[in-house]
Amino acid sequence: MGVGAAEAQFHVLAVDDSIIDRKLIERLLKTSSYQVTAVDSGSKALEFLGLNDQDDQGTIAEAPSVSLNNQHQDVDVNLIITDYCMPGMTGYDLLKKIKESKFLKDIPVVIMSSENEPSRINRCLEEGAEEFFLKPVKLSDVHKLRPHMMKGTSMEDEADIKGVEEIQSPEKTRTQYNGFDVVS
Amino acid sequence: MEVGQMQRQWVDYTKSLFLEGLLDGQFLQLQQLQDESNPDFVVEVVSLFFDDSEKLLNDITRALEQPSVDFKKIGAHVHQFKGSSSSVGAQRVKNGCIAFRNFCEEQNIDGCVRCLQQLKQEYYLVKNKLKTLFAMEQQIVAAGGSIPMLEISF
Repeated sequence: MGVGAAEAQFHVLAVDDSIIDRKLIERLLKTSSYQVTAVDSGSKALEFLGLNDQDDQGTIAEAPSVSLNNQHQDVDVNLIITDYCMPGMTGYDLLKKIKESKFLKDIPVVIMSSENEPSRINRCLEEGAEEFFLKPVKLSDVHKLRPHMMKGTSMEDEADIKGVEEIQSPEKTRTQYNGFDVVS
Repeated sequence: MEVGQMQRQWVDYTKSLFLEGLLDGQFLQLQQLQDESNPDFVVEVVSLFFDDSEKLLNDITRALEQPSVDFKKIGAHVHQFKGSSSSVGAQRVKNGCIAFRNFCEEQNIDGCVRCLQQLKQEYYLVKNKLKTLFAMEQQIVAAGGSIPMLEISF
């Protein structure tokens, strides 16, 4: 399953409180043949991912539909792209919650921001974000996402995932992934 | 007017908007995302921008009229406006927001009031121009033509 399809439908969860930016990112992602779910807040994102955001100590109460095997979730999300500046839960807060979750921590997260602040960028990358895009996001940015796409639960072979990680190389050579099927 | 003439007029008009600095490269990005399967993408995004902007301008106006001005709230509105104008390529509006943000940080009421006036002018100017542009596009399509692809280098 999945290996035969030339363009496996990866599912991206986009999080942005701006309706204009949601429309833009949705179109950018769909142009690249991704399936998109767009939500307007970090808490809605966590809800979609099956997490109950009711914690005091940093441990998230997991929804019963999430099982423990192979990070199986009710929802298959291959990548999360989120705005940094949002009211309530920021993109950074969301990133942290995802990385703290047993079930979600391996989903790649990309941060978008209108501010080119090195300290902000470093903080996000250190917390585990794969990329940091400056807004407005362009098609060339979206092309950088493909190597990060997590193989979904249909991928039982960990070697394939390792293969993806080995292919990951420094930023300059990323453009060669345009139209490149990252399948071992 | 025949289609070829309408298309040339459209090209000239669009180019003028870039030359005058009203629009920047991001607007071209929007046009590139428009195709046969999404023929109204630009109009849809820009319409969202118009609605959002007018609400923001109202909110900012009201906030500046309060006896005790909440600069933090205004700053948040301006930040949102800067973001949306940047996303559609409305360059002069975006720049106006950057200037406005500085006055907010300084808690300078007069500066903010002046900036708001300026911002409203820039916004309504680009809104009018874009509506004219979209009307031209409708005419071209109604006459059986297609909207040209622009190649502009910056």
